[in-house]
Amino acid sequence: MIINSRFFNRSELIGFVALAALLFVILPLSLDVFRLNLVAKYLTYAFVGIGLVLCWGYGGILSLGQGVFFGLGGYCMAMFLKLEASSPENTKIQSTPGIPDFMDWNQITSLPLFWQPFHSLTLTILAIILVPGLFALIIGTAMFKRRVGGTYFAIITQAVAAILTILIVGQQGYTGGINGMTDLRTLKGWDIRPDHAKVILYFFEVFLLFGCILLAQFIRLTKLGRILVAMREQEDRVRFSGYSVANFKIFAFCMAAIFAAIGGAMFALNVGFMSPSFVGIVPSIEMVIYTAVGGRMSIFGAVWGSLLVNVAKTGLSESFPQLWLFGLGGLFIAVVLAFPNGLSGIWADYVQPRIDRLLAWRKPKPAKAWTDSSVADGAPAE
Amino acid sequence: MSNEIKRGLQSPLRRKLLMGAAVLPAMALLPRLAFGAGPPTAAVNTTGLAVTDTEVTVGILHSATGTMAISETGSIQAEKLAIEQINAMGGVLGRKIKVIQEDGASDWPTFAEKAKKLLVNDKVASIMGCWTSASRKAVLPVMEQYNGMLYYPTFYEGLEQSKNVIYTGQEATQQILAGIDWITKEKNAKSFYFIGSDYIWPRTSNKIARKHIENFLKLKVVGEEYFPLGHTQFNSVINKLKLTKPDVIFTDVVGGSNVAFYKQLKAAGIDLSKQTLLTISVTEDEIDGIGGENIAGAYACMKYFQSLKNENNEKFVTAFKKMWGDKTVIGDVTQAAYLGPWLWKATVEKAGSFDVDKVAAASPGIEFKGAPEGYVRIHENHHLWSKTRVGKAKLDGQFDMVFETADLIQPDPFPKGYQ
Repeated sequence: MIINSRFFNRSELIGFVALAALLFVILPLSLDVFRLNLVAKYLTYAFVGIGLVLCWGYGGILSLGQGVFFGLGGYCMAMFLKLEASSPENTKIQSTPGIPDFMDWNQITSLPLFWQPFHSLTLTILAIILVPGLFALIIGTAMFKRRVGGTYFAIITQAVAAILTILIVGQQGYTGGINGMTDLRTLKGWDIRPDHAKVILYFFEVFLLFGCILLAQFIRLTKLGRILVAMREQEDRVRFSGYSVANFKIFAFCMAAIFAAIGGAMFALNVGFMSPSFVGIVPSIEMVIYTAVGGRMSIFGAVWGSLLVNVAKTGLSESFPQLWLFGLGGLFIAVVLAFPNGLSGIWADYVQPRIDRLLAWRKPKPAKAWTDSSVADGAPAE
Repeated sequence: MSNEIKRGLQSPLRRKLLMGAAVLPAMALLPRLAFGAGPPTAAVNTTGLAVTDTEVTVGILHSATGTMAISETGSIQAEKLAIEQINAMGGVLGRKIKVIQEDGASDWPTFAEKAKKLLVNDKVASIMGCWTSASRKAVLPVMEQYNGMLYYPTFYEGLEQSKNVIYTGQEATQQILAGIDWITKEKNAKSFYFIGSDYIWPRTSNKIARKHIENFLKLKVVGEEYFPLGHTQFNSVINKLKLTKPDVIFTDVVGGSNVAFYKQLKAAGIDLSKQTLLTISVTEDEIDGIGGENIAGAYACMKYFQSLKNENNEKFVTAFKKMWGDKTVIGDVTQAAYLGPWLWKATVEKAGSFDVDKVAAASPGIEFKGAPEGYVRIHENHHLWSKTRVGKAKLDGQFDMVFETADLIQPDPFPKGYQ
């Protein structure tokens, strides 16, 4: 049994059960397929959020370029789906049948070499993990080994996001350019567009999300997680204690990249679409905002943040097509000014104590010493 | 502090509601129309669209926010004007058109999401919407999957044809070829230089223009450059223009980049009254931002100019300004957006049904004699027959029409010999 008092403390257990109930039972029962598919889209950002909690909240490495990894994962998935949608029968109207439509519009007459591996689903799944992972490894090694950190690192990740967007837009014969890859249809012959497929994809995504939550929680609780927190608070002391700070940072950054890539791949599957508008600076910052609103110290907070901000986005834009951006902006300013620890901070500071007072007769067991000390290190309890 | 924010949020909303309330008595003064006199709903709607005995719902899907809002606002206004005029004439099949407006927010996936919402949740009978090619490409699979009907207003690159879309703008060959022929003859041009934004529409348009210039006119293209959307530094290409001295500069730079491009061109001493420039991307809307003094003398290749002299257009311009204010200008796409609701109405009435399949099948051959651009007709390939016109930009931001084709040009989205 994984879920015991050691793996989750009491409030985390409540958070876990509440989230599981919401995503597995309440939402699927209460929403129609269209709305459920929207929730699936919002949850793809939760993957990025979980990665950011590890890398930013715990490791103190602010990356403003998570869109890069979200995009790489998404593009890998989309390339596989696009190849399948571009069978010679589907594309017989083109001058070169059997290649994606945007290549044909750009006078490319044969499939480029780097597209070839995406005929295979296995290689695609490997690519979804490895391409962003390796890319993060390269950036991370180049930066952290030279002790570039803090603001400079954030700026460089932004630059990478900008560069990748320009690259994708500029090489439209190979990438679909600003239009992105649209009209994705089937996965191994299984149509991903009808309603029942959307429901299956939703549950698959939620399972994957909980897998990532458990993995992140596991990393957080190991010695590695403790070193991340120590690094955030006093990097030099950790270095002087004989740890290679750079390697730990690279690891956290790579994990965050892989989580983001899984989110991106799920996005391409659920939405049937991938475009450079998820790669650039603006979406990358938006992803950080979701995490900030949810609470950067809380894995569950990141999930709630992605969900609630996107629900507000859709809701406001449907009700007030002209004014919704102001409402959303106001919401961000309010949350960040009033509650620096986000929604999970509100929960921990206001809601939790009341519940505890109500339940005061049932004194919780004292937590294990080593879980307790993480609070002392400056990470507020979720 | 959270109270303050609440108040800040409430006040514009309240103002909007108050304004809405102020319009109510005005609406009561309008002559009462007998909606609901049309054929029974069961007969005209067999696929569960949002059609009642008195109402039919259509969607408007453009960017009201974001970078594209400046271009798409005109389309929203034109579509609302057309719908209001149709309602004042008794609606469609005796039913009043009700509009659900959604914001695509200049973001292509949002367009897809909202299109799906309009079709699946709101069950709209048709959608007037999209502007950029990217937004159309994002929406197209949704329209085909859920069998919707989209009226798309922008001039675009072609290479597309769908049962579920009516293209009320011109495709690339309709827009470009006649214009290039004319300017070649008029200016005795030998060499061309292409400058465009880097995405599918300028690239495809330039490809077609290049094939036409090199293979049919046997002239030269001396340069071709692309810049990312939103780019504002054109000095390097302006230097190249000074070196190569092309007879014609052919541009398809879009959006805000235009402002920087024409200002820098002027600052670099390239005088558009001496240097011939032909653009396919600047309408009256863009000149509003560029400033007439920066672009006066340039030629634009469109199918519509606000200054067109015909009875339909005079009525349209007057009605548009009455509804949206004296300062508004009307560009090519705005006019094409105005055609959407009218063509849909004519098609529904011919088909005797709101069903998308029947509307799609009835579309070829539909005419609209009241079009501000003159007479238009829908081709079998769901594009419009239309004329090509060339206008010369004036200081006041309007165009003087200097050329128009004698006949309507047949739409040819998959042009042979140009691919």
